[in-house]
Amino acid sequence: MTSAPRDREIAVVAFAQTAHRRTSEELSEVEMLMPVLHEVLDRTGLKTADIDFTCSGSSDYLAGRAFSFTLALDGVGAWPPISESHVEMDGAWALYEAWTKLLTGDADTALVYSYGKSSPGSVRDVLTRQLDPYYVAPLWPDSVALAALQAQALIDARDTDEPALAAVASRNREAATTNPHAQLRGPVPQGDYLVQPLRTGDCPPIGDGAAAVILAAGDRARDLCDRPAWIRGIDHRIEAHGLGVRDLTDSPSTRLAAERAGVFERPVDTAELHAPFTAQEVVLRKALRLGEDVDVNPSGGALAANPIMAAGLIRIGEAAARIHRGASDRALAHATSGPCLQQNLVAVLEGERR
Amino acid sequence: MSAVLKAPLVVEFPFTRSLGPVQSAFLTGLRERVILGVKTGDGRTLVPPVEYDPVTAEELHDLVEVAPTGTVTTWAWNPAPRRGQPLTTPFAWVLVRLDGADTALLHALDAPGPAAVHTGMPVRVRWAGERTGAITDIACFEPCDGRRAEPTGHTGAFEDPVTGIVAAARLDYTYSPGRAQTAYINALSGRRTVGERCPSCRKVYVPPRGACPTCGVATSEQVEVGPRGTVTTFCIVNIKAKNLDIEVPYVYAHIALDGAGLALHGRIGGIPYDEVRMGLRVEPVWTDGARYPDHYRPTGEPDADYDTYKELL
Ligand SMILES: [Zn+2]
Repeated sequence: MTSAPRDREIAVVAFAQTAHRRTSEELSEVEMLMPVLHEVLDRTGLKTADIDFTCSGSSDYLAGRAFSFTLALDGVGAWPPISESHVEMDGAWALYEAWTKLLTGDADTALVYSYGKSSPGSVRDVLTRQLDPYYVAPLWPDSVALAALQAQALIDARDTDEPALAAVASRNREAATTNPHAQLRGPVPQGDYLVQPLRTGDCPPIGDGAAAVILAAGDRARDLCDRPAWIRGIDHRIEAHGLGVRDLTDSPSTRLAAERAGVFERPVDTAELHAPFTAQEVVLRKALRLGEDVDVNPSGGALAANPIMAAGLIRIGEAAARIHRGASDRALAHATSGPCLQQNLVAVLEGERR
Repeated sequence: MSAVLKAPLVVEFPFTRSLGPVQSAFLTGLRERVILGVKTGDGRTLVPPVEYDPVTAEELHDLVEVAPTGTVTTWAWNPAPRRGQPLTTPFAWVLVRLDGADTALLHALDAPGPAAVHTGMPVRVRWAGERTGAITDIACFEPCDGRRAEPTGHTGAFEDPVTGIVAAARLDYTYSPGRAQTAYINALSGRRTVGERCPSCRKVYVPPRGACPTCGVATSEQVEVGPRGTVTTFCIVNIKAKNLDIEVPYVYAHIALDGAGLALHGRIGGIPYDEVRMGLRVEPVWTDGARYPDHYRPTGEPDADYDTYKELL
């Protein structure tokens, strides 16, 4: 899939997210999710019965339970039966599936949501279970360790250094001061090494949260939103699973996804990058050829709030919301999954001329 | 309202996986202190070896031995080892390109501190004392003088190859069922059953999960239901489950508790299995110290009229 055909334009028409917090133990997943679903529906005036297709993203490994997403379905009014799908991934990939569904013409509206509660388990350990089970997972290398290997590779390549990484952390969290949903806002100490060269400040907060967007096609989108955020292109690519096969200082999959999504056809003014670790922002800026004139992560990005499985969808939602309110005309949104930016999704969103 | 319930939840399983020819040779090699890579069409040697070329997707099978010495291509100092990691004392995570290989292998490096580690440093394999054919047969890497160790000259064919691995997984959680289910479980401890009424369709959900699946709205009004109910449908179980102390055949039923908007599951006792029927009126039987009814037994009331429960099947 590459750019959407002109005869079927699809837009993000509404976005909502939780206030992301370290723990939400008093709420089950569906209890945490439901206010977000109501909010996103309220923004468009749609009822659950008006939604043609629903797609969600989440992970059983965060919940520690099989088929955990089926419980969250109660929140979308799953009876009588609805047209529904699920990805065991970040909600950005659920959005991709919904976008494809709308492209086929089988649906005019779609609700995409995702959620993750990291608080019940140890997310550094949980994420080891997504690694190659033969050669890597038995060593239990945690998510921070793998990100630190990437950071050191960048430092060795002179693409960055520790002060530059600290500046990335500080700029993102400074941007988050205007984001009421962010978990970490304003100055945060860089702290001690968690896994050298990454300090606590280089790492994302661990937290629980959920997000939802509504997609609509053509005139339906114009009815539901004053300034729809049209998805001009969206693509996702994956790299070899062997970390030692990859050049960790680069992200060819991001660059290819961006190319196929049409990012390089014209400049973007905003980029919402899903870079949970500071060093990953360095890799992504390079892969996406983002200049200093691009507003990167005005929301604070994943360094300010990283609800796993929702953080990528939130990047698309934040980019779209900026277009909705006229703060951006052409925005890039990026989502990642897997260790060291293994999988990458890139979308280009545009608002109509005002 | 009382605080939400919490309990430890351990998810643990031996993940049994079979190996293809390439992975089998590599892991068997580790058991025999031989490190094998695989040759790609363009002449590169991948270590650890994969079955398909990551660039061309071409199937790979040409095994080639590499040296147990190599070079660190990137590293990260881990001051606080976590459960399951290769060393229990602080160590460096490293990607190591073994001599003769074109790609790097992830493992641990035993070193006195971060000052003793740098990219480009020469290292060698430290073998585990007991080896079973797993990546952990490499205990870790250790610094060395940079002299390349010689391969053994192995062909990659083994007498007794490893054909599978058990990848043990264990994750520890603190499970909390959330607000609605906490209320349900707390009520059960007083032998009461509570559901929640949907503010929109007025249905009462038991057990409550905090949302009405029809309306997609939060439920919050607590309603006590039962204790009596009606069998809406049932099945006869003829297979004895392992570790289950119930004689077969027995009846497992959907029971609509009085006042509930949907049925829950329960075992029916106190009546021959072949006399259980739709519409049978039942009540819960509790045993001492139980957290939920052991089973339901007939109340002796006349059967419920089909029309009263047909929506709850
Ligand atoms: Zn309802």
